[in-house]
Amino acid sequence: MTATGVEEDHSGAGSASGTDDNVATAVEAAVPAASRGERFTGFDVEAFEVPGGREENWRFTPMKRLRGLHDGSAVADGKAVVDVDGPEEITVETVDRADGRLGQAGVPSDRVAAQAFSSFTHATVVTAPGDTKLGKPATVRVTGPGEGRTAYGHVQIRVEPFGEAAVVLDHVGSGTVADNVEFVVGDGAKLTVVSVQDWADDAVHVSEQHLALGRDATLKHTVVTLGGDLVRVSPTARFGDSGGDVEMLGLYFADAGQHQEHRLFVDHARPHCKSNVLYKGALQGDGAHTVWIGDVLIRAAAEATDTFELNRNLVLTEGGRADSVPNLEIETGEIEGAGHASATGRFDDEQLFYLQSRGIAEDQARRLVVRAFFHEILMKIDVPEVRERLEASIEAELEAVNA
Amino acid sequence: MATLEIKDLHASVVTDEGTKEILAGVNLTIRSGETHAIMGPNGSGKSTLSYAIAGHPRYRVTSGEVLLDGENVLEMGVDERARAGLFLAMQYPVEVPGVSMSNFLRSAATAVRGEAPKLRHWVKEVKDEMGKLDIAGEFADRSVNEGFSGGEKKRHEILQLSLLKPKFAILDETDSGLDVDALHVVSKGVNEFRENNDAGIMLITHYSRILKHVEPDYVHVFAEGRIVESGGKELADDLEENGYMKFTGQAEPAKA
Repeated sequence: MTATGVEEDHSGAGSASGTDDNVATAVEAAVPAASRGERFTGFDVEAFEVPGGREENWRFTPMKRLRGLHDGSAVADGKAVVDVDGPEEITVETVDRADGRLGQAGVPSDRVAAQAFSSFTHATVVTAPGDTKLGKPATVRVTGPGEGRTAYGHVQIRVEPFGEAAVVLDHVGSGTVADNVEFVVGDGAKLTVVSVQDWADDAVHVSEQHLALGRDATLKHTVVTLGGDLVRVSPTARFGDSGGDVEMLGLYFADAGQHQEHRLFVDHARPHCKSNVLYKGALQGDGAHTVWIGDVLIRAAAEATDTFELNRNLVLTEGGRADSVPNLEIETGEIEGAGHASATGRFDDEQLFYLQSRGIAEDQARRLVVRAFFHEILMKIDVPEVRERLEASIEAELEAVNA
Repeated sequence: MATLEIKDLHASVVTDEGTKEILAGVNLTIRSGETHAIMGPNGSGKSTLSYAIAGHPRYRVTSGEVLLDGENVLEMGVDERARAGLFLAMQYPVEVPGVSMSNFLRSAATAVRGEAPKLRHWVKEVKDEMGKLDIAGEFADRSVNEGFSGGEKKRHEILQLSLLKPKFAILDETDSGLDVDALHVVSKGVNEFRENNDAGIMLITHYSRILKHVEPDYVHVFAEGRIVESGGKELADDLEENGYMKFTGQAEPAKA
């Protein structure tokens, strides 16, 4: 057994709020009632109980702000428009619910995802061909239904065996959206995904993203959450065969009043697969709340698994709260390595004083710290246009706090 | 020729329990080229003096002035004071995770000098100064003070001193926590700064040992929030022999 739990600053699970004196942490038991692998899944919303908010899966989410997505009261009265722009090699289809490919990458694991799966009318399927390396990234733009309206959506991205593609999944606009996004990465294929949640201030978005990797497939999945009132993204990675390699990256920046929740699950059920998780978040302003859950399960059959997950949060001002719960379950000792780390720190007065005492102005000091904090993730986003846009967005967020 | 004048400075510390006066009327004038040692027992308020001058948010100046060439620095922000020519080498330098030392140093130099130093000259300048302080090159890529030993932190404070070239430097217990070798290196750095710059230095220390390496022009005894005795360097010898007793009524030695 080579499992290691790397602890930085404080023990693996906890939360920190900017109102405490220092890196305050309320360590709580991260032992779930049951194995993450046994959580109920299903396509039919009626098979799920209506969550009350105390369930493990929902305990951090402000249920009232879900606008009824969880209890069936959110009736679809709008449409999330999906526009695809990409190299000519890709195929874009709008299919109806009967299409046999839908659901191939995974089954909804919470009631909102099941509601979305039970409610969508048409799905967009984008396919990158096999044995082909696409010259430029495809953009899939999802535009919200508009303020006060609700939409359920479904998108599937496919890369046929030995193909290579990059996709930017861009979420913009207003309204309430629940959807499932599937990534089906064929044998030996490589896919880079950047999912950007750049919603308007009013938006509520609950999304389950299903990552299915074939034999020797590689997937780099990056989630960037900046906008929205409440955004909850749950990426689940599954390996269909051995040799898969998934890198899951995340960057989030919550302002006053925003709730941003990222719930990851990496299900290692096949041998010789790799997963690497790195999520970083910054918070500023009153009531900014971020939640990061990192569940990794190494099943008995998943020998020679190599996995590591890390979450870091930076609380920039008072009044923010970051919850971070890594959870590693290991059912076999025959693994390459497994570890996790979580740290939440506060950009505090002492740091600010120190930087300023060297002549650095306050706003620049703050930028210096935040830029450095996100640099590691931004450098891994290998779609230059997206990287530049995100750098600009982060600068804009920082301008906002100094205004 | 520059002058730093501290006039009847009163300051309080702000805690959860309320405010408590620490500085009770400090008067001191330092001119370019002069080194003043401030010696005092624990709790006498000498560190508070340094923080109050630098503008730390925990301390509130209740009355008095600190004038740098006639300008009241107490009306300036923390960063403005640094750009005006003040530098505080801290007793406990702060860790800033994620910001590399090289990025930090360059940002500070750019702010203090008013323009970004030319990259080629800058790299050489930093390398030379690091070499003089026996700082390994790898530190440039490490986060500011993160995981540094006490001695490493102090060397980096002096590195910043040598790069930022202030008009007045306050060295707050720069000698504490240093072993013999590190004390030599740090003292050498301070002396070199003195020789190459027409700067004034306020050297705050509990013990007299650093004064054997960095010779002061004036020695002041600090007790109960103010200067109670001033003299030449022979005063430090007296303190080493007899402790702070006659100034404070406490038998606290000034010898390590």
